Amino acid sequence: MKSISRKEAMAGYSFASPWLVGFLLFMAYPLAASIYFSLCDYSVLKAPVWVGLDNYAMLLHDELFWTALKNTMIYAVFALPAGMATAIILAMLLNSKVKGMAAYRTFFFIPSLVPQVSLAILWRWVLDGEHGVLNPLLNKLHIPGPNWLGDPHWVMPSLVIMAMWGVGNAMLIYLAGLQDVPVQLIEAADLDGATSWQKTKNVTLPMISPVILFNLVMGIIGSLQVFTVPYIMFPNGAPAHSTYFYTEYLFDNAFRYHKMGYASAMGWLMFVMILILTMFSLKMSEKHVHYQGS
Amino acid sequence: MLTVYGSELLTKPPKADGKVHVTYWEKWTGAEFDAIKGVVDYYNKSQDKIQVDLLSVSGIENKTLMAVSGGIPPDIAGLYGPNVTQYADDHAVIQLDDLCREGGIKAEDYIAPYWEAGMVRGHIYALPSTPATTALHYNRALFKKVGLDPDQPPKTIDELNSMADKLTKREPNGHVIRTGFMPGEPGWWNWAWGPFFGGKLWDGEGKITFNSPENVKAYEWVQSFSKKWGASALQSFQAGFSGTFSSPQNPFMTGQNAMEIQGVWMYNFVHMYNPKLDWAAASFPAAKPGLEDPTVIDLDVLCIPVGAKHTKEAFEFLKFVESQKGLEMLCLAQKKITPLKAVSPGFIEHHPNPFIKLFIKLAYSKNAVSTPKLGIWAQYGDEINNAFSEITIMSKTPKQALDDVTNRMQPMLDKYLERLKIRGEQ
Repeated sequence: MKSISRKEAMAGYSFASPWLVGFLLFMAYPLAASIYFSLCDYSVLKAPVWVGLDNYAMLLHDELFWTALKNTMIYAVFALPAGMATAIILAMLLNSKVKGMAAYRTFFFIPSLVPQVSLAILWRWVLDGEHGVLNPLLNKLHIPGPNWLGDPHWVMPSLVIMAMWGVGNAMLIYLAGLQDVPVQLIEAADLDGATSWQKTKNVTLPMISPVILFNLVMGIIGSLQVFTVPYIMFPNGAPAHSTYFYTEYLFDNAFRYHKMGYASAMGWLMFVMILILTMFSLKMSEKHVHYQGS
Repeated sequence: MLTVYGSELLTKPPKADGKVHVTYWEKWTGAEFDAIKGVVDYYNKSQDKIQVDLLSVSGIENKTLMAVSGGIPPDIAGLYGPNVTQYADDHAVIQLDDLCREGGIKAEDYIAPYWEAGMVRGHIYALPSTPATTALHYNRALFKKVGLDPDQPPKTIDELNSMADKLTKREPNGHVIRTGFMPGEPGWWNWAWGPFFGGKLWDGEGKITFNSPENVKAYEWVQSFSKKWGASALQSFQAGFSGTFSSPQNPFMTGQNAMEIQGVWMYNFVHMYNPKLDWAAASFPAAKPGLEDPTVIDLDVLCIPVGAKHTKEAFEFLKFVESQKGLEMLCLAQKKITPLKAVSPGFIEHHPNPFIKLFIKLAYSKNAVSTPKLGIWAQYGDEINNAFSEITIMSKTPKQALDDVTNRMQPMLDKYLERLKIRGEQ
């Protein structure tokens, strides 16, 4: 019996070994190594030199680190709720029984398939203050279009608007959650004379609250790691570092300034920040998230 | 790194031709890549011992760095001139002193700044491939249109300012529709304005001098354009030019920007996108007497990365590229100047750029400026670009912005020099 279970275990590990080997080589080892590198002066090309907590101490006094962190937090504070609200509203609209719904769902999901680099170039053409598509449309409505990409006050709103373009994935998850809301609960609310808003507030949203929590956590991780679009659209965080994000500074330190130790320290600080925010979200959710099985 | 190494092993083609295969990564694409391919093809056909395998690689600085650290670098990497010190500091490229000595490659054959660009603390790490200088490019048709003499480009900064005023066109609401000159266009040498005004970026020893009075004056001049035409109006106007350099929408080709600083390569792009454009090139105006013919020394270089498998054969190819024949073949195909002092009969005469003599003359200018030879230049350059942005949008005064960069970079320079000292490389 023992020999059979050992054989089964071996077979199981063998089947899982491609993943296990890949995980150990490409995830576990780099993760562990980056902890060590974060405590070293390391340029990738020369042997790391132990400096203890120097990199972390330097980060605290690095003005650009705080600028990049501030920009990232501001972006997350606006882009995350805006993206979540847009995704929920779209999912609710796409959950209604209207003819041709499959086409509508496809239409709203497709933008999230557009590669980030293409998206950045596309939005340049839309938001360009001089030759863009958006400002002439606003002018027709007698709204003076701002310099979306050149004015430090408008670049962040531009990025938040762009973030909403890619809500397709979150929308799809909400849609799946909405389709799981028991019909009898809605019918019971109907019998009680509940209005649409009351049904949404008291039945639908609580029933999809685990999905909202999941998207919130994924959104925190995603928005704090925003990189591609601002990196392509606003080189060097222009204008005047107003769009210079945490991950861009991390990338520059690692690959342009050859300060991999410093970049590793930034990476671990980001991990801790995401961990704290995620734990906080989970803690806060205890009173507001309802699981059907509980 | 493991992925790169694994894929390298799996994809390595069999070498059954008996030749030593030298891998050569180059950053160029399009016509510039075709030019180096012509040289490589010529070399491969000219002998039967070495086969150079050329590959166009985007983001070559990062990929070379990763390949070196993974132990599978190319045998030759075509980097940018300002990269050399950083890569030499990090021991990513090999010293070429002995190879150059044995191969007969000598400093005295080159125009000084192009040889100097490959030198780090007395050793040669890179050899020039295609060099360039910059000059003022101006739209002759627009000069005529506003009543300026197209044969009399500005000789001083004051003249440049007054001509720019005449050439700039605005709508009554302040909306800019044409600029005479913008210091931020194309924005590739924002660091050079200080040196053009007689300033220095560091004192060559241990001090960042970015906030020197000469540099402050230069950036006050930069900010004067924002003050004159409106920071917001200029920002809005210029935002539309992003990514249009190699296209018919390039503001110089469309006549939206009448004068700009550009390199010897500009001819290629005008020829490609608007061959009918009536333009000319002249020395950039002097900020004050004694600073005539200011120009930026810009170049691409060839290095042998540390860990290259075929150093000897790679250098054999470099020897051919660095010969008068090789360099002229490459530079003529890219329509640039040659870094060598000796020029073959016909090189200038057959050169398509009508201003090639000017660009060659500028390479010898005593007011030619180069990026500082500092391993922290990538970061310093980024800081300067950010300060330039702050100055043009007028969020800071030039003095404030330059002080901030100086205060931020000085500790980094101190640390950089300290590390070199510890390693005995100062």
